[in-house]
Amino acid sequence: MAETPLFDRLATLLSNEEPVALVTVIDGPKTGAKLLVRPLSVTGSDVWEGTLGNEGLDRVAARDARGELAAGRSGVRHYGTHGEAREEEVKVFIESFAPPPQMLIFGAVDFTGALVKVAKVLGFRVTVCDARPVFATHQRFPQADEVVVDWPNRLLEKVGPSLGARDAVCVLTHDNKFDVPAVVAALATEVGYIGVMGSRRTHDNRLQRLTEAGVDQAGLDRLRSPIGLDIGARTPEETAVSIMAEIIALHTGRSMQALSATSGPIHD
Amino acid sequence: MREIITDLQRWQAQGKKIAVARVVDLEGSGPRLPGASMAVSEDSQVAGSVSGGCVEGAVVVEALEVIATGQPRMVTFGYSDDEALAVGLTCGGTIHLFLEMLDW
Repeated sequence: MAETPLFDRLATLLSNEEPVALVTVIDGPKTGAKLLVRPLSVTGSDVWEGTLGNEGLDRVAARDARGELAAGRSGVRHYGTHGEAREEEVKVFIESFAPPPQMLIFGAVDFTGALVKVAKVLGFRVTVCDARPVFATHQRFPQADEVVVDWPNRLLEKVGPSLGARDAVCVLTHDNKFDVPAVVAALATEVGYIGVMGSRRTHDNRLQRLTEAGVDQAGLDRLRSPIGLDIGARTPEETAVSIMAEIIALHTGRSMQALSATSGPIHD
Repeated sequence: MREIITDLQRWQAQGKKIAVARVVDLEGSGPRLPGASMAVSEDSQVAGSVSGGCVEGAVVVEALEVIATGQPRMVTFGYSDDEALAVGLTCGGTIHLFLEMLDW
């Protein structure tokens, strides 16, 4: 029985948004040989598909590939022909395919539709959540991966543990009744970005409500509120760009200034 | 390679020979990170990119040679100053590409 080609396996895993790393020998006796590696947490045991031509090499490369995958990094590694460290006979390229970052948008408002579109362009998996069934519909947000009719804090109880540094929560409701529990629940996660929409006045008022709800200064400091960078955005689309630019810059740790006003390397 | 998967699948279904180029390493300032990829079909269709447009033309030539010979190869592009006609990156960085047939 013919085995499924590795490329087809890779394509299937990617379309299911599963984490996977592809290891390719780029220099050595078996140039072009490949290994498809998935996280131990998914496979449950130390298995991989394909081979680099030697069992010892496969084992070491699979271990390194899992490390790179967990860190979301791709790069070159060197080994001996049996997987020995500090040797150079075999050069491999580990390409990590981490699952896409997630964005949760709370509030099914006009700004939400534009933010969904721009976040999709940037490769996010987007969930829109609003407690009002009239507004939270697939018809209004056809590009969203998921539209959930529920209270934000209830959704966060479910998906919060899966959120990490690359992910984002955007609270666009600007209604204290919805935002305060949403922000409190988002702060309980490891999510990298929490943006909260509202005017300066709404923001000041919300800070007070959040403090009353028991949020400390460290929690308040994590909030990007009012949401977005100051680019003079007015329309929902412009606002979406302002929010996404802030998400990117916060993740990369860059200055958020115009490159024309700064010096030094453009890419880290 | 994620961005070009659907193009690769379409060309495969059409029975075309395909070469894939991937950025595996870079030194200094470079526009695209390792993993950035570009594919070329035997009839010279192109998907994806490996730089900001500086070296894609040369990658097509290399990729068609990979299809013709069936042999994988490493290709390095470095800095090109304005006087030279050689292909290179204007940003000052160096990128290393691995090119191979999509036959796996």
